[in-house]
Amino acid sequence: MPDRPGPRARTRPRRRPRPRSPLDPPPSFRAVRAVFLTLLTGFVLLPVHVMVTSSLKPLGEVSGRFRWFPGRLTVRPYLDIWHTVPLAEYFVNSLIVAGAATVCSVVIAVFAAYAVSRYRFRGRRLFTVTVLSTQMFPGILFLLPLFLIFVNIGNSTGVALYGSRGGLILTYLTFSLPFSVWMLIGYFDSVPRELDEAATVDGCGPLGALFRVVIPAAVPGIVAVAVYAFMTAWGEVLFASVMTNDTTRTLAVGLRGYSTQNDVYWNQIMAASLVVSIPVVAGFLLLQRYLVAGLTAGAVK
Amino acid sequence: MSPHTTVRVRKSALPYLLLLPAVLLELLIHLVPMVMGVVMSFRQLTQFFIRDWTRAPWAGPANYELAVDLNKPVGQALLGSFVTTCLFTLLSVGLCWLLGTAAAVFTQESFRGRGPLRALFLVPYALPVYAAVITWAFMFQRDNGLVNHVLHDQLGLGGADRTFWLLGDNSFWALLTVSVWKGWPFAFLIVTAALQNIPGELYEAAALDGAGSWQRIRRITLPSVGPVNQVLVLVLFLWTFNDFNTPFVLFGKAAPEAADLISLHIYQSSFVTWNFGAGAAMSVLLLLFLLLVTAGYLFLTGRGRRRNADA
Repeated sequence: MPDRPGPRARTRPRRRPRPRSPLDPPPSFRAVRAVFLTLLTGFVLLPVHVMVTSSLKPLGEVSGRFRWFPGRLTVRPYLDIWHTVPLAEYFVNSLIVAGAATVCSVVIAVFAAYAVSRYRFRGRRLFTVTVLSTQMFPGILFLLPLFLIFVNIGNSTGVALYGSRGGLILTYLTFSLPFSVWMLIGYFDSVPRELDEAATVDGCGPLGALFRVVIPAAVPGIVAVAVYAFMTAWGEVLFASVMTNDTTRTLAVGLRGYSTQNDVYWNQIMAASLVVSIPVVAGFLLLQRYLVAGLTAGAVK
Repeated sequence: MSPHTTVRVRKSALPYLLLLPAVLLELLIHLVPMVMGVVMSFRQLTQFFIRDWTRAPWAGPANYELAVDLNKPVGQALLGSFVTTCLFTLLSVGLCWLLGTAAAVFTQESFRGRGPLRALFLVPYALPVYAAVITWAFMFQRDNGLVNHVLHDQLGLGGADRTFWLLGDNSFWALLTVSVWKGWPFAFLIVTAALQNIPGELYEAAALDGAGSWQRIRRITLPSVGPVNQVLVLVLFLWTFNDFNTPFVLFGKAAPEAADLISLHIYQSSFVTWNFGAGAAMSVLLLLFLLLVTAGYLFLTGRGRRRNADA
């Protein structure tokens, strides 16, 4: 975010000298805007507030009547979450699965988008339409068939996909592929073709042009796609709950471990939710500028 | 693709090689399973045949007859879930679009604190689904949740009996709240990106002609995001209609009838009752419905746009 000089330094000199421009919004507009944005901020922050404050309460307090702020502050939930369930193990599983799915998805999407953007070939339109139309498939339709395919591949070739991280990685990278390809096609199209022609003249092959010219020019789009792929893999629940076993369980399923038959450790659930959210939210907020830029140049056209 | 791009016809295999990994993955994860799902919907697939599903006896159209027979409980439940899902999707997409567009328009002009506010608005989108939804589940708890605390203890509404939000008819509104909270930032993100493509001179020219802030929004901003809205609304519709994660985390495996979205309903019909053939038939019907709606939507909006372009 670019606009951030200290508030005091800014407000004073600005107020007086500038005459009112016709672009300045009138008071009625400012009032509506202020009310709307304040309410919306409250709506967005409410669960965040609950998450943070409840994670700092003792169990007795989250089990009783709700309080806006902790009566007694404690960091115990943040220590206990690692013992109640093997959270660290789930965390590592999620990191491996989401990280690998992201890297593979981006590489494969870059190649596919480059082919579609720079070449005319038979089946080009079929490919883009098919890829996009998979976005409308209900996940529930191919959950069981995919499960059976993985089991059968395991039985006939010995490559264990069901229950392994590999199977989940394959699944997740394909989930983010359609959107990534689609967005990168738009992005690559906006990179002038003369640039890669010049590179070809200079002796680069087509792949040289891709790596030396097109990819460097499309970094914001690629970052945006990577963010999207990582978030997709980190947050998926349905396939994670069917395709994993005790050793490969990811966070999406693992967090359920905090509620047992008799007790629900709400304070630990909130602490764990916060801990598992921090990597994605921090990464997302750091890179969101690229996402907006990527969407502006690529998909939104 | 713009028409003036130079068309290079290459006979080489390179583009196909570049596409190969993507095509193979799409085949393995999306297309082959989908075809298998269609085949399964014509079979009598129960847990006894799950080891080797190709040996399950053919059922003909029996699974489909079961799914659409409104005189039997299975068909009635499916129809109920379908109607609930339609209503839910309509409200959720409408509200997400409205909030997202309004927020994008209001944050278009620079003001102090706009940057942090934009980042904050994206937090619900960035949070993993299960973390966000589980927090809402806590807030909707009957005895120790925030919602009932505010309504009953602080505002004194609703009488002495505390409301159940995750059971019974109220669960629909609980689900809608969570869905809108999670979904609107995506609309905000897309519309914000689209607004950055509007040249600033347009606004200056309009302002010089005497158009106020509201008029500029109505005459310039909203018409400019029209084409983006076509895709945005479609994507929101498909995601919301197929949403499984939100009800699954909010209610667990069995959602109350008022919030029984179709994906969760099918999941339950296949995995809880072990009738995979019927579940597959329901999924195929769902896919056909989505295809029809998408095709109709694209046809209608495409025609509308062309007419506007002609005028």
